[in-house]
Amino acid sequence: MAASQGREPAIELINVTRRFVSPTGKSLTALADFNMTVERGEFVAVVGPTGCGKSTTLNLVTGLARPSAGEVRLMGGPVNGIDPRVGFAFQKDALFPWKNVIDNVMAGPLFRGRSRSEAEKSAKDWLARVGLSKFLHHYPHQLSGGMRKRVALAQTFINEPEILLMDEPFSALDVQTRTVMHEELLKLWAERQASVVFVTHDLEEAVALADKVYVLTAGPATVKSVYRIDLPRPRVVSEIRYEQAFIDYCKTIWEDLRQEVETSYRRASEAA
Amino acid sequence: MTDITMAAGYRPGTSDTEIEAAAQARIRRRKQTVLFWQIAILVLLLGLWELASDMNWIDPFFYASPSAVVARLQDWALNGTTEGSLWYNLGVTMEEALIGFVTGSVAGVVVGIGLGRNQMLSDIFSVYIKAVNSIPRVVLAPIFIMIMGLGLASKVALAFVMVFFVVFANAFQGVREADRDMIANARILGASNWQVTRTVVIPSAMSWIFASLHVSFGFAIIGAIVGEFVGARFGIGQLISIAKGTFDAAGMFAAIVLVMVVTLAAEYVMTLIENRLAKWRPQQSLDTH
Repeated sequence: MAASQGREPAIELINVTRRFVSPTGKSLTALADFNMTVERGEFVAVVGPTGCGKSTTLNLVTGLARPSAGEVRLMGGPVNGIDPRVGFAFQKDALFPWKNVIDNVMAGPLFRGRSRSEAEKSAKDWLARVGLSKFLHHYPHQLSGGMRKRVALAQTFINEPEILLMDEPFSALDVQTRTVMHEELLKLWAERQASVVFVTHDLEEAVALADKVYVLTAGPATVKSVYRIDLPRPRVVSEIRYEQAFIDYCKTIWEDLRQEVETSYRRASEAA
Repeated sequence: MTDITMAAGYRPGTSDTEIEAAAQARIRRRKQTVLFWQIAILVLLLGLWELASDMNWIDPFFYASPSAVVARLQDWALNGTTEGSLWYNLGVTMEEALIGFVTGSVAGVVVGIGLGRNQMLSDIFSVYIKAVNSIPRVVLAPIFIMIMGLGLASKVALAFVMVFFVVFANAFQGVREADRDMIANARILGASNWQVTRTVVIPSAMSWIFASLHVSFGFAIIGAIVGEFVGARFGIGQLISIAKGTFDAAGMFAAIVLVMVVTLAAEYVMTLIENRLAKWRPQQSLDTH
């Protein structure tokens, strides 16, 4: 990461704590003393047991939520509301079902006050890149799950985010489509060199995509350990999973993660 | 020709075109059967009514008969009513109902979306809205007529309150049901609060709002007619009221038929508009029937 020398990291979470207070006044801690650093152009994956607070970290970076204690910094500055340099990919479909494909992709530039013709031109460009040039006037319900995800990626990438946050974006897809989407994402990322935080519960997905994998503890989440993944790029996701180095990474990290998954599972069954 | 289909591996009657043709024929037959029974039931009911009336099984003085109702409608249409031309009276009622419907639904949508988007306002006003909503709307008719007189204003006001609460409740609920992720998505893509309301909240509330508009046009007509019962110089409600005073059963039924036809026509227009606006929604496939 020679390019990032001497510049502030893209994202810093410094001793962040996030509490939720329910309407009846009960407090629940989702994150406690959380520290994370994402360098510019770095691809970071976050894994942890279900419901441990992975998504909360992303909401803090977008500015949709504020930390109860600690500090969140983007490109060296504090987070004030929603930052225009941030793009977000949702787990669920967050496309607008009443807009057709091209209008969905144009939404971002239009919200940001660019002209219609300009927005249309760049939307067509992005849709061509994700291979959907023939579906400009289809509505989301007419597309398959994988195609909808592609539209969502184009919708996010058109704003040219420097920071890309992804909240289990491919978890609803079938395995083949997911692998195709991984390739697609790595291709777009390599062109843009954005800094990515990719939240997932799928360890293999994390190892295949990321430079760094953060393992979180069962809630309240803190960072348990950080692994650097030194697999060469460009990676071919469909083949990388048969390489010995990949398998070793998965084994090591899984040993670490398993204890937390078991803790979280035990708590859930005790509560039930 | 058969050896071609055989060569492609189809048994006779199982190629795609044949299956489609059979399915289309089945759909056509089903539609025809439905239509046949719809008409048959109407003819049967009207026939029974006519017969019962003619044979004096029911008292024609109180129950009239389809032929008497048609005759009365014809008479009104050609010679006018005691209160002037039929079209004028119908026009008066429609004007009241339409103005009440449009103002009531616009106000309902605006207030519903306003309160739906603002938690504080909705917490404060919810108790008042519940309280006012618990008043049966028709009891307001005498008050409105007392305050606003026998003319247009009192009927419009009544139609307005009939429509407002239905549309308001649905618009409010529709806003509350708007998808959290979709709103977050719009905000991160760069939408301002107003842009979120306009491009996410209102479209997603639209199917709720339309559901209420269907019912509430009927409510607007109820408002206008009840207002006319209580006090008016013209209108369909006034015609019914006069018919009642003169024990003119055919006149009452004739007025009811008129209102029915007009409301159905309005409903039809509304469905057309809705279908145009909702072209993004998935079509139901045949299997779901």
